[in-house]
Amino acid sequence: MGMTLTEKILARHCGLERVEPGQIINAKVDLVLANELSAAVAIKVMRGIAGAKQVFDPSRIALVADHFVPAKDAQSASLAKLMKDFAIEQRIEHFFDVGRGGIEHVVLPEEGLVAPGELIVGGDSHTCTYGAFGAFATGMGSTDIAAAFVLGEVWLKVPASIKLVYEGKPGPMVYAKDIMLRTVGELGIDGATYRAIEYHGSTVDELSITGRITMANMAIEAGAKNGIFHADAKTIAYVEERTDRPFVVERADPDAAYERAIKIDIGNMEPQIACPHTPDNVHPISEVTREDIPVDQVFIGSCTNGYIEDLRVVASLLEGKRIASNLRVIVNPGSQKVWMQAAQEGILTTLAAAGCAVNTPGCGACFGGHMGTLGDGERAISTTNRNYVGRMGSPKAEIYLASPATCAASALTGRITDPRVASYVEA
Amino acid sequence: MEAKLRGHAHKYGKNVDTDVIIPGKYCNIIDPVELGKHALEGLDPEYTGRMHSGDIIVADTNFGCGSSREVAPIAIKGSGTSAVIAKSFARIFYRNALNIGLPIFESAEAVDGIASGDEIELEPETGIIRNITKGQTYRAAEFPPFMRSLIDAGGLVPYVEKRLAEHPSST
Repeated sequence: MGMTLTEKILARHCGLERVEPGQIINAKVDLVLANELSAAVAIKVMRGIAGAKQVFDPSRIALVADHFVPAKDAQSASLAKLMKDFAIEQRIEHFFDVGRGGIEHVVLPEEGLVAPGELIVGGDSHTCTYGAFGAFATGMGSTDIAAAFVLGEVWLKVPASIKLVYEGKPGPMVYAKDIMLRTVGELGIDGATYRAIEYHGSTVDELSITGRITMANMAIEAGAKNGIFHADAKTIAYVEERTDRPFVVERADPDAAYERAIKIDIGNMEPQIACPHTPDNVHPISEVTREDIPVDQVFIGSCTNGYIEDLRVVASLLEGKRIASNLRVIVNPGSQKVWMQAAQEGILTTLAAAGCAVNTPGCGACFGGHMGTLGDGERAISTTNRNYVGRMGSPKAEIYLASPATCAASALTGRITDPRVASYVEA
Repeated sequence: MEAKLRGHAHKYGKNVDTDVIIPGKYCNIIDPVELGKHALEGLDPEYTGRMHSGDIIVADTNFGCGSSREVAPIAIKGSGTSAVIAKSFARIFYRNALNIGLPIFESAEAVDGIASGDEIELEPETGIIRNITKGQTYRAAEFPPFMRSLIDAGGLVPYVEKRLAEHPSST
């Protein structure tokens, strides 16, 4: 019996010929990631480990200030400072402060820190994003991250894999986000708990790198340990543009064992939307827009949809128009590089002229930290990944999750709007 | 290993996510007691006012889904809650709870049998759950051997210390 893509990568990182689901392994990590919140706790834990003075390899740790930055208050500033001081003390090579980085999961691929076949752990649940590049990547808590800082190894239970096979060409205004929302809706928020998701099929072969990032990013929304794509020519070109580091492209064996395989036909699929209050409460847009659902805030950004491709879609819909009255639209390019690219392409001006507030990159609004928090009774449509009660602020707020196109269409009308309907109200 | 734990049950539904266990706005707090003041705030704002030290959270499936924030189990522990019993736990929360020393018990039978307010006694070592109010006894799923050895070693930190002592050159 052969191995899945995840099993292949795990086997190589623990020096075994083969591994099987359920097996506990000690795996070497290629990169350990933390943000200022998970790093602060991890650093505190590391200081308490007897004999742990240095990190295992300062070139294999990435620290990104992104959650409460630019610092929301003195307390947040002190966490960012704690991480910065640690980065200096430990000579961490990949430290990204405000203005140099952005959202961790947008930054790492851009900086060439993610390559096929690698094993990456991060103190953030959306670390699974790097599966887009054919890497095994999973999120962990701070104590596990502290252990990885010191040992350069983590213990892992080899997950069984679920094979998702996508067929069909996406229709107009249907994007990777819609495909992934549909997937989370089908699997359920605990449908892939302790499992690896392996993405297959002609639909995902055709997807851009950004589209694959969006899909791998939300594997955790079905509870998965990781979500992974096979690296192809597109992946290799993207990575080789950004690093000279050698990497090994692994492939699942033809006779690999999957716990189950699910076919998902995208052919006739409408844009999808996750309604409050779980990411698996997913419906086709036409069902949702049967009711008139006004919104108070539209948010565009995050590690799911804060990429230049996403901003281009939004700008193409808002170009020369104004957002609806009594609505605020917050746009958060995912990284400094995305921000600069959007500036060069005139996208930021287009968005600002339409009435959007364009923020500096960061995670703040998505997790209810700052820079876009919702109040009691407010409703938002957002390109982010979670809509749990209180996720973006008040527990009395409502969050709908959708693609950048659906969010942009809704920005023009002030209500949840099908992006395929071109007759937007111009305010 | 801890001695017996005893307290009253506070029962919740499925998919209690980390955003309601400790809302994002408190994630810049590190102090466990401060975090504890906001435990479950997004789900049950009265929880911390109503509960007594030693009380137990009882929930359905997929407890702790969502983010990797370790402050979620830290907040629960910091509130004085002695343990969580659930039908199942989300993966990252499960690791985090064990790593920070929050006792967790997986038992569908216990969750179905326990009502809010029941007095519960727990034996972390054996996984035995006694419902004093109802006179019932349940048994939690055993930890896999590797997890058991980590727990018996006192958690991940002593495990790392042991590894460092074996290979001092690795630091």
